[in-house]
Parts: sequence; C-alpha cells; structure tokens
Amino acid sequence: MRIGIPGEIQANENRVAATPDTVGKLQKLGYEVVIESGAGSKASFDDSAFAEAGAQVAERSEVWASDIILKVNAPTDDEIGLLKDGASIASFIWPAQNEELMNKLSERNINVFALDSVPRLSRSQSLDALSSMANIGGYRAVVEASHQFGRFFNGQITAAGKIPPAKIMVIGAGVAGLAALGAAGSMGAIVRAFDTRPEVKEQVESMGAEFLELDYEEEQDSSDGYAKEMSKAFIDAEMALFMEQAKEVDIIITTALIPGRPAPKLILEDMVKAMKPGSVIVDLAAQNGGNCECTEKDKVVVKHGVTCIGYTDLPSRLPNQASQLYGTNLVNMLKLMTPEKDGELVIDFEDEVVRGLTVVKEGNITWPPPPVKVSAAPAAKLAPVIEKKEKKPASPWLKPGLMTVGAALFAYIASSAPANFLEHFTVFILSSIVGYYVIWNVKSALHTPLMSVTNAISGIIVVGALMQMGSDNNIILALSGIALMVAMINIVGGFAVTQRMLKMFIRD
Amino acid sequence: MSQGFLVSAYLISALLFVMSLAGLSRQDSAKTGSLYGMVGMTVAVLATLGSVAMEGFTLVTLLMMAGAAIGLFLAKKVEMTEMPQLVAMLNGFGGLAAVLIGFSSALEPADTLAATEKLIHSIEIFIGIIIGAITFSGSVVACLKLGGNISSRPASLPGGHWTNLALIALAVVMGVVFVQQHSILALVVMTALALVFGITLVLGIGGADMPVVVSMLNAYSGIAAAATGFMLGNNLLIITGAMVGSSGAILSYLMCAAMNRSFISVILGGFGTESGTVSEDSEQGEHVEVNVEEVADMLKNASSVIITPGYGMAVAQAQHPLRELVNKLRAQNIKVRFGIHPVAGRLPGHMNVLLAEAKVPYDIVEEMDELNDDFKDTDVVLVIGANDTVNPAASEDPSSPIAGMPVLKVWEASQVVVFKRSMATGYAGVQNPLFFKDNARMLFGDAHGTVEGILKQF
Repeated sequence: MRIGIPGEIQANENRVAATPDTVGKLQKLGYEVVIESGAGSKASFDDSAFAEAGAQVAERSEVWASDIILKVNAPTDDEIGLLKDGASIASFIWPAQNEELMNKLSERNINVFALDSVPRLSRSQSLDALSSMANIGGYRAVVEASHQFGRFFNGQITAAGKIPPAKIMVIGAGVAGLAALGAAGSMGAIVRAFDTRPEVKEQVESMGAEFLELDYEEEQDSSDGYAKEMSKAFIDAEMALFMEQAKEVDIIITTALIPGRPAPKLILEDMVKAMKPGSVIVDLAAQNGGNCECTEKDKVVVKHGVTCIGYTDLPSRLPNQASQLYGTNLVNMLKLMTPEKDGELVIDFEDEVVRGLTVVKEGNITWPPPPVKVSAAPAAKLAPVIEKKEKKPASPWLKPGLMTVGAALFAYIASSAPANFLEHFTVFILSSIVGYYVIWNVKSALHTPLMSVTNAISGIIVVGALMQMGSDNNIILALSGIALMVAMINIVGGFAVTQRMLKMFIRD
Repeated sequence: MSQGFLVSAYLISALLFVMSLAGLSRQDSAKTGSLYGMVGMTVAVLATLGSVAMEGFTLVTLLMMAGAAIGLFLAKKVEMTEMPQLVAMLNGFGGLAAVLIGFSSALEPADTLAATEKLIHSIEIFIGIIIGAITFSGSVVACLKLGGNISSRPASLPGGHWTNLALIALAVVMGVVFVQQHSILALVVMTALALVFGITLVLGIGGADMPVVVSMLNAYSGIAAAATGFMLGNNLLIITGAMVGSSGAILSYLMCAAMNRSFISVILGGFGTESGTVSEDSEQGEHVEVNVEEVADMLKNASSVIITPGYGMAVAQAQHPLRELVNKLRAQNIKVRFGIHPVAGRLPGHMNVLLAEAKVPYDIVEEMDELNDDFKDTDVVLVIGANDTVNPAASEDPSSPIAGMPVLKVWEASQVVVFKRSMATGYAGVQNPLFFKDNARMLFGDAHGTVEGILKQF
C-alpha cells in the first residue's frame, strides 16, 4: 500500500507527519511512501532528504490519492473530500470535542485513526503522541519563559556581584510538567512542583525538583466524611499554597489540562498581582481557557507587570524534534497494524490499542471504544498473600546451649581419646580459625585464584602419599603411587594456573 | 633426618601457606602470595622426601614428574572460560588422593596401636575415604555439567532426596562395619556407595547453583586432606586441610548469601523446581528493541557507563571486543566501570578473571556493594549476558521465587541496554520485569557480534 504525507496547511503549523528517518522505517514495513513537495521545509527537512530516504516527492493531488494518509492536524473539509474511497487517515482528531468533524469523516467510506485516542497501556506508550508532544511542550514552555524573563536562570557569583538563581514552580507533574522541571533544572533554576496526586512525588524528586505538599491534614480530620467539604478544604489549602508560592517564585508553569473540559482556574488575578514585576507565567492549558485568569489564548500579555504566555502551539515551535517524535509514533502505530510487514494494513479490533485509536471504520463511527478489557488491567493480578517468613529471633539460650553440648561432647571424647589425637584436634580447630580470618580478607575479585591456590595447597596430601611410599606392600605402593601423581597434578596445576591468572590482573 | 627438623620444616611451610592465602587480600600482593605457597610446598615435599626411608626413589621421582607435567599441561592449556571445570577437576583429584591414601592406610598393619587408638584410626580412615569419595565423584559430575557434557538441569533419582539419604545412611553403616571388624570389603562397598552419592548429589543441583557446588566441593577436598592428616598423624596436612576447608565453606556461604538462599535449599535441588508462584501470565508490557547504531549513539552521548556482565558474556566470549569498546569510551572521557554480582558466572570471582584476561584493568571492575548506589547517577548500563542478577522482581515482587536476592539495581540508571539472545528467562526460570521497563532497551543477538557491531560505530 502507499502512504501519503501531505503538507500541513494550518497557519501556525510547522510540523510534518514524517521525517527522512521515519520514511525509512515505513518502507521497512513494506509501504511505499509519497510526500508532498515542501511538506517538511518548515521543520528543516528538504525534499532531497526525503528523496534520499526513498520517498517519492510529488504534487499535492497525487499525495492525497494514497491509500493511507499520515497527518498532524485533523483534515479540513476540503481535505476530507480529497481522500480516495476506502482510504485510511491518521492524525490528531479529538473526537470528543469535534462532533461535526466526526460526522463529516463518517460520511466517507474511510478509516480514521486518532493519535490522541491511544489507550494508555504500557505497551502502547510507543505510539502515545500526546505524551511525546507534551514532553516537547514542557521543554518549550521553559524556553519561552526564559525568553521573556529578564534574568539568568542559574545563580552566579561574578566580579560584578552575586546573582540569585531563578525560582520556578510547575503545577501538574504529568509528562509536560516533568519535562519542564528537567529543562528548567538543567538551566540552573531552583525547581519545585505541585500535583494533587501524592504518588508522583518520587518522579518529581527524580527530576531534581522539590515536591510541594499541602498543609492539609488537620482540616481533613475536622471534616471527616463529607466529600464535598473535604474537596473545598483541599482547594482552599491549594490556593493558599499557590498564593504563598506566587510571592516567592519568578516563573510559574501550569499544565493542569483535562482534555475536553475547561481548564481549572488555579492562578487567580490576585496571585498574579502578588508576583514580583518581571515574573513570567506560561499557561500550557491555554487551549481550554487556561489555568491562569490572565491568560489569553495564543498571545503574550503583560498584566500587573507579569508576562502571561498563552501559546497553544508549543510543540510546533520545535518542529524538527516534534516531527521526529510524532513520525515515530506513527511508525509504531503502523507497526502494530502491519503484523506481516508486507505493506498491508490490518485493522484488528481484537487488539485494544488498535480498537481504541480507530474512531471511524469503513465510514462508521466507532468512537468511543468499549472500556478496556479487564484482563489487561493490573488489578487482575491477585498476588497470593505471601506469608512473610518472620525470622524467629534465635532463643538467647541457643548459643550457650549449643556450646554446652559441644563442650560435653568434647569432654567425652577427650576423656577416652589418646593424647596425640587431642593434639591433632587442637591443631585442626586452631587452623580452621586462622583460615576463617585469613579468607574473609580475600577480595571477591580474587575468589577464583583463591580456589586454585587452595586446590594447589590441598595437594599437600602428597606428603601423605610420600610417607606411604616406604611400604613394602605392593598394593599400598600402587595406591600411594597413584595418589602421589594425582596430588602432584593438583600442586603444579593449581599453582601454575594461579600464576597465569594473577599475571592477567593489571592496574590501569 | 631428625624428627625435629621435619617438624620445623612443616611449621615453616604451614606459615608460608597462611601468608600465601593472606596475600590474596589484594591484587598487587597476590602474586607474591602465590610464590610463598610454592616455596612452602617445595619445603614440605623436600623435607618429607628426606625423612622417609624409601626404596624405588626413581619411581617416586618419575611419578611426581609425570603428575607435575600433567598439571602444567592442564594449567597452560585451559581457557579462562573453562576455569570452573579445572577447579572442579582439581577438587576431585584432592578427593581421589584422599581415598587412595585412606585405602593404603587401611591396608597397613596397625598392630602396634592400642585398642582406642586403633578405633580412632579406623574412624579417621572412614571419614577420609567417605568425604574423599563424595568429593571425587561429585567433582567429576560438576566438571561434566560445567563443561556442558551433561545437562545442567537438576535431575534426581526416583525417590529423590530419600534415595540419596538411603545411600549415605548405608554408606555410614558400612563404615561402622569396617570400624568394628576392619573388613576391607565393607570399606570398598562404603566407597562405592559414597561415589554414587556424590554423583546423585551434584546431579540434583541446577546450573545456576554451580558456584555453590564448586565451593562446597572445594571445602570437602580440604576436609578430606585434614582427615588424611589425622589418619597419618601429620600436622601439616591437618593445618592445610583445615584452611582449605574454611575457605571453601566461606565461599559457599558468600555465594548462598548472594542468592538469598540457604545452603540446604541449594543442596536439595535447583531453582525452578520449587513450587513458587512464577507470575508469567501477568501482563508484562512490551519490550523495545534497539539496534547497534542506536546503542552506539547512547554511549557516545553518555558521561558515565556501567557494564554488568553475566555468564552469557563468557559463553559468547564477548569480553575481548568489550574491552576495546571500553578503551574507546574511556578515550572519550566517558567514565566506564564494570559491576560484578557475586554469583555472576560459574565460579566465585569468575567474571573478574575473564575481564582480567581481556586486559580490563582491575580498578574499574567493582563489586555489587561498591557501586550499587551509583546506578542512579549513571547514564547508560549495558547488561551483557546477565539476567537473574539484575532482576528487579527480587526487590519489588515478594511473590517472586528470587525475592530478597540482592541484585544490581541497573534499572535506576537513565537507560539500560540488555544484550540477550532471545526473550528466554534466566536459570531461575523467572520472568524479568527489567525488560519491560520504560528505560530498558533490548539488543538481541550474540553478544560478541553485537558488541563488535557497536565498536564499528566508533
């Protein structure tokens, strides 16, 4: 089948749905690729680079005549009309918000894959375009903030005076929030983050940021049992925290965005007033109304001396990177839908990832998908209750008891055994103890040479064999002779191989 | 030669042996240490030769030279990957010598001894032979298992442990008969039973537990030597045997501790045979594959790298291209270290020897405890031919059969690349959740080939 990559026609869109790298990968799946001339130019991918990667560079009409269309933005009405019958198209769709678009798409006999509707399973992460775009958005938010911010991010002590580091608060520790924390932290700012989910604390801290926690426990006790009141108490505590932080931090990045719902207002106008002049707010939720009361969509406005950035096209402002990640998401999607790698698209509704992202199949709306099957949910794993083997603390009498038994046993043997046996026994016990202390000092790196040395010195049994070579009994002579030879193998073999190994250990 | 001279010569060689083992505490003193051992051995042998009045001196010299030649040949010829087999074989020879000397001692007329002395002498012979025989046959099986001549899976006789127990009980009964009646026939039967016991004992132990088995047989060979010392009334043998016994016992203990398994459970049978809950069917997620170019890029962009090798590296002989890769990376000022799990390989310290053979400097080869906290700050970890020793289930999943085993925390690094032939499980038969972690990438293929492939990218 043939894949067509048209150029994006939206005004602020710099991305493209394929890069020379992903074109190569698409071909490995057995597809033919045709790309519109100039499609990648805004993302710094030339036609020649695509041609070199094996794609055919063609005119717009030819591209739209392909079997599969890969796009970034949802198709416009005109573009829907260009699709050939039975074709498939993959792009961002947002089916929940775009009912009209969905209806128009379903008027045609086509398949539509929405990259924003990939179910969130661990195995579908590689095609989760929302995550990869959020990552870029978070990074770019920091870049935009630093562009508007009149100071360094990192603290410095220079001949011209001391510069304090910038303080940045990120609200919402999702993919975008974490990316923002990482980017700001690596520029030297002091970073902190807030999230209503306490379980993300570890992730926040792994980015080198401080996790802000609510001072909230006491209220929880007083309003026990009343969910509504509790959430109000929670919000109050949250707002108090933001107010306190607003006075202190230089930059706030908000990422509290719930797809399809108006964004919660978290930074109110009086908080903006409380911020130092020259501070910056980047609102990643501007698309849905913004988390900050001062945000204006797609604009940079200055209110109360604070710059509020409301761009909604942050991923597109990093077009080369965004195209590469999005293109790879598309490759991974097609990998899933091209099991034979023969360039034939298979839409298998048994696969819940494919089921989830297919919003129109052969002209019928298949959105929303049925809830994900229970078998895949981790909850199905009912781990058997492990009886923890509690180590019983050894009875305090055990050790003295054993010692008494040992002493009694020894006393019995000692009373009947001949003196020279006891002498040998003494030597045996003492050497075991010497051995114990000496061996504990051996480095674990030298355990193999230790074994070969002990092999060699246990060849000392040769002495025993020699002592019996004086016998005049031929059987004894024969047995001892063999023992002699075998022991010599141990001695010479053991020492020789030890030397060989030790010679190999070299210092740098 | 006077008895006093002989005793002092033995004292000197015993001291030299202690110094020899003490020298192994550091790499730079180890070579001198092993020289002390050789001198000690020479002193002991010469003093004994001088003190024993024997006929057929030429025969003795001939036999000793033959043994020395065989030993030298083995030592020169052995590949470093075959070290476990060699050590197992030498353990076995120690046991064999103890058996042979035990028999010659039993055949010797002991009329001069008083009744209790005779009894104790017989018991000593019995102990020396039974331990020697178990060591010998067990080592032969261990050697064959390690060499791949027989399957390394745990196998047991019908009746399992009970058959083994019956064998050893019968052997002890025969021993008692020998002690009471001084019947050589009983001694022979006892030896045969002990030999069979040694075989079934080691057959029942799985491949991953081989480090414990070899250490254990090492301890046995020491105890057999000590028993021979008792039998012949020779203090030097007792001292040496006791030290070797301690050494083997400590190594066995360390290996068991590194697997969080008790010594008894190792002896009673291998991993995978126990009825632990192997949670194979739970959703594991999907692994992500990479190719050599991508791994090379990761390495070029890294500032610190840790390599954790396992037995698979030895099998693939990947240590040589790996050392070249390490040199390349270090030339670019990338910090490279090796992290060695105590039970990586088939012998305690085996990985260290293999890396040393490939001329990896020993100061960048660190033990698990030394670098386990450093993974957090590491950019790329290369897991080469290791599986169970890097399994996060050991610390995260209390129902896993390997729960509680100390493991290398490779998953804490930014990125982990696992070099593997396929998605098969390790010796423990436990699925490894590491492969499905977000920061893990799989590089399939023969480790030798893939490492060379990466090398070509530099």
